[in-house]
Amino acid sequence: MSESHDHKDAHAGHADVDHHVRAAYYVFGSLLLLTGFTVGAYFLHLPHKLAITLALLIATVKGSLVAAWFMHLVSERTLIYWVLGLTALLFLPLLLLPTVTVLDRVMLH
Amino acid sequence: MSMEIPYTVEVRPDTGLNNGKIGIWLFLASEVMLFGALFASYVMLRVGAHEWPAGATYLNIPLATLNTVILISSSVTMVLAWASLVKRDFARFRLFMGITILCGLGFLVIKYFEYTAKFHHGYFPATNTFLAIYFTLTGLHGLHVVGGMAVNSYLWGPGSALYKSDPVHFTNRVENAGLFWHLVDLVWIFLFPILYLL
Amino acid sequence: MSLETPVAHHGAAHEEHHELGFWRKYVFSVDHKTIGIQYAITGLLFLLFGFCLMMLLRWQLAYPGAPLPLIGRLLGDARMPGGTMLPEFYNELGAMHGTIMVFMGVVPLAVGGFGNFVLPLQIGAPDMAFPRINMASYWSYFLGGSVMLLSFFVPGGAAQSGWTSYAPLSDIATSGQTWWLFGMVFLITSSLLGSINFIVTTIQLRAPGLSFWRLPFFVWAQFVTAFLLLLAFPPLEGAAVLQLMDRLAKTSFFLPSGLVVSGQVLEISGGGNPLLWQHLFWFLAHPEVYVLILPAMGIVAEVIAINTRKPLWGYRSMVYSLIFLGFMSFIVWAHHMFITGMGTTMAAFFQTTTMIISIPSVVILSALFISLYGGSIRFTTPMLFALGFLPMFGIGGLTGLPLGLSAADIHLHDTYYVIGHFHYVVAPGTIFALFAGIYHWFPKATGRLMNETLGRIHFWGSFVFMNVIFMPMFIMGLAGVSRRLYDGGATYAHAQPVLQWNVVSSWGAWALALFQIPFIFNFFWSMFRGKKTDQNPWHATTLEWAAPSPPPHGNFATPPAAHRGPYEYSVPGANRDYSPQWEAGKA
Repeated sequence: MSESHDHKDAHAGHADVDHHVRAAYYVFGSLLLLTGFTVGAYFLHLPHKLAITLALLIATVKGSLVAAWFMHLVSERTLIYWVLGLTALLFLPLLLLPTVTVLDRVMLH
Repeated sequence: MSMEIPYTVEVRPDTGLNNGKIGIWLFLASEVMLFGALFASYVMLRVGAHEWPAGATYLNIPLATLNTVILISSSVTMVLAWASLVKRDFARFRLFMGITILCGLGFLVIKYFEYTAKFHHGYFPATNTFLAIYFTLTGLHGLHVVGGMAVNSYLWGPGSALYKSDPVHFTNRVENAGLFWHLVDLVWIFLFPILYLL
Repeated sequence: MSLETPVAHHGAAHEEHHELGFWRKYVFSVDHKTIGIQYAITGLLFLLFGFCLMMLLRWQLAYPGAPLPLIGRLLGDARMPGGTMLPEFYNELGAMHGTIMVFMGVVPLAVGGFGNFVLPLQIGAPDMAFPRINMASYWSYFLGGSVMLLSFFVPGGAAQSGWTSYAPLSDIATSGQTWWLFGMVFLITSSLLGSINFIVTTIQLRAPGLSFWRLPFFVWAQFVTAFLLLLAFPPLEGAAVLQLMDRLAKTSFFLPSGLVVSGQVLEISGGGNPLLWQHLFWFLAHPEVYVLILPAMGIVAEVIAINTRKPLWGYRSMVYSLIFLGFMSFIVWAHHMFITGMGTTMAAFFQTTTMIISIPSVVILSALFISLYGGSIRFTTPMLFALGFLPMFGIGGLTGLPLGLSAADIHLHDTYYVIGHFHYVVAPGTIFALFAGIYHWFPKATGRLMNETLGRIHFWGSFVFMNVIFMPMFIMGLAGVSRRLYDGGATYAHAQPVLQWNVVSSWGAWALALFQIPFIFNFFWSMFRGKKTDQNPWHATTLEWAAPSPPPHGNFATPPAAHRGPYEYSVPGANRDYSPQWEAGKA
C-alpha cells in the first residue's frame, strides 16, 4: 500500500523530487527578484491607475509561480483544475460586482 | 475508527488523487472566497472614499518587505521539508520544517512590532477606514499564519510519530499542510502591494 | 485550522472489535449514521423551537397590544410586561425565528441529517471520507446553536435586526447581535467542514460500478449543495468578521459618515457603506436558499421514483439543471437589493440572471411531475408529502418571478408577499420533503415503520394549514403591507382592508402546531413499537436498501457494487417490478 502512491503520483519518485527541488530554487530566486520589482515600481511613483495595474500584474505573476511550482499545480489532476477554475469564476463577481453595482447609482438631477 | 476508509493514502485510479489532497484543495478554495470577500470590501470602500491615504502614510514598507521575503523563504523551506520526506530523510525534514516554523514566528514578531508601533502613534482600526481594513486583512492573515504554524508544529513534533508506521501517509499530510502554508504566502503576496504600496 | 486531527495509531487492527463506551458510541461518534441522527434530532428540535417563536409572534400580529394569556406572564417584564409584547422582543422573535429555521433547523436536518445518514449508504461506502471531521462539524453546529440560544438571556436579548442583520442597525444593536455573529462563525465552520466531507466522499468513495451517471438524484443534489456551501459561506464569514470589528473595535466598515442615532451624531470614523454588508450577506444568502431546496428536491425525486414504480423522467436533464442552477445561484444575489438605489444597468443584469435561473428550477419540477405520468402510484405517507411538495413548490417558485423583476419588486419588496413566497418554498416545500424523507428512511435507520394513519393525519393537517397561513400573505403583500411591522400593519390606512388576514394566518399557525403532535408522537413511539421490517420495505433499487436496517458500523457486510442505474423499476422482461442496483444479472 505504501508504494502504490509512488507509482500513481507523478512527483513521488525520488528523481522527480530532485527536479521539483531545483524548480523550487528557481522560483525562489524569481520571487525575490519580483519582490524587488514590486518595491521598485513603488519608487517610480507612477500615475495611480498604472501603479495599480503594474502592482497587481507583478503580484499575479508571483502568485502564479507559487501556485504552479510550490503548490505543484503544473502537475496536478484535472479534478483539482476544475475546482480551482470554478472558484476563480466565482471569485470575480464577488470581487467586482458589489463595487460596480454601488457605482451604478440612480442619478438624481 | 476501525474500518478502513479507502483512498486515504493510495490514490483512487480514476481521479488519480487521495482523499486528503482533494480535501485540502477544497478548503483552500473556500479560503480564496473568504479573502476574496475582504478584498471586495477593500475595493468597495476605497472606490467609494473621497480620499484614501497612501500606504506609506501609516505603514512601514521596509518591515513589510522583510516579512514578504521571510514568508517566501518559508514557502521554499516547506517544499524542501516535504521533499526530504519523499526521500525518506527524516532529519532534513525536521530541519526544514523547523526553519519554516521559525520563519512564521519571525513574521509574527515583525507584525507585533508593526502593530504596537501603530498603537503607540494612536493609529487604531477605529481611526479610519484604511486602518480598519489594514488591521482586519493583516489580522485575519496573521491568524492564518498562527494556524499554519500550529499545524506545522504538530507535524514537526508529536504528529511525526506517524512517519514510523506509515511514512507515505505522513508525507501526504506534510504536503497538504504545505499547500495551506503556500496559500498563506500567496495571500500575503497580494496583501503587501495592495495595502503598503498603493 | 487543521484538516485532520491525527491519531497516534493509524489503521491499527487492534481497534477492530473493540467495544466503544457510551460516550464514544453515542455522543462523540465518528459514524456517519450516528452523526446524521444527531444532526436530524438537533435540527428537528430547533425547527420546533423556531416554530414556537413564530407562534408567539403571531399573537402580536393577530391581536396587537393584547396581553397573551398564561404564557405572556411567564416571559417576564423584560419581554412581555403585563403579558404584552415589547417591540424589542417582537424583533428578537422575528430575527431569531428566521436565523434558527434556516441555519439551525432546515439545513442541518436536510444536509447534516439526511446527507450524512443516506449519502454514504447510497454510494456503497463504509462511512464519510473524513469521519473525525464529520464529528467536528456536528459539534461546531451544536456550539453555534448553543451560542444562539444563550443569546436570548444576555442583557438586551438576542439579535433583533432581522435574520439579515442589515447595517447600520445591526452595527449599533444590543450585545445579542455580537452573540449572533459568533454563533454564525461556528455554524459556518460546521458547514465548511461538512461540505468538504460530502464532496470528497461523493468523488472518492463510490462503490465499483457506480459512475456519476448511475448516482441517485439525491446524491447529485447533496453534491451540488456542498459546493454552494463551500464557496458561498466564506463571504458571510468575512462579513461577520467585519461586523464584529465594527461592534467591538469601533471600525466603520458598514457605518457611513455623519450617522445620527437618536439625535446624536455617532463618534465613529465613518467612511463605511451599509450596502457592503448587504452585498456580502446576500452573496451567501442567495445560494443559501438553493441549499434549502436542493436536498429537498433530492428527497422528493427518490420518493417519487420508488412510489411510482418507474424511472425518473428526464434524469439527465434534471442533473444538468442542478449543476446549472448551482452555478447561476452565485450571480443573482442583488435581486434582494433592487431598491437600494441601484441603477438600471445592474438591475437589468441581476434581473436577467434571476429570470434565467428559474429555467432549471422549472425543468426539475416539471420532470418530477411528468415522472408521475403512467406510474403505479403507492400513496404512502412519504409519497403524500412528496406529492404535496410539487404544487407547493410550484406556487413558491412562480410567486418568486414578480420579485425577480426589478419593476414589480419596487412594489413587492419587503412586503408580506415576499414572506408568502419564501415560506411556500421552504415550509410546504422543503419541510414537506424533509417529512417525506423521515417517513421514507425511518425504516432504514430503525428497522421499524412509522404508523401510516398518524402519518396521514400529519400530512393532511399540515397541508391544509400551511396554505391557510401563507396564502393570505400574498393578498396582504399586494395590498402593500410591509413585513416586520410590530403591529402587523394596524396603523396604516392601506392595510386596513386586509388586516383580518393576520388573524387567519395566526390561527392557521396554531392549528398547524396541533397537527405536528401526531408526528412527534409517531416518531418516538415507532422507534420502539413500530412494525418491524426487513432491509428493503419499499422494494427500492438504490444501494442503501442493500444494507441491514439499521446498518451496522461499516454499513455493508461485503462492499457492494453497482450493476445498473438507480431507477430500474418495471424493467420489461424482469421478474419483479424493481431491479436493485446491487444485484448482478437479471432481476
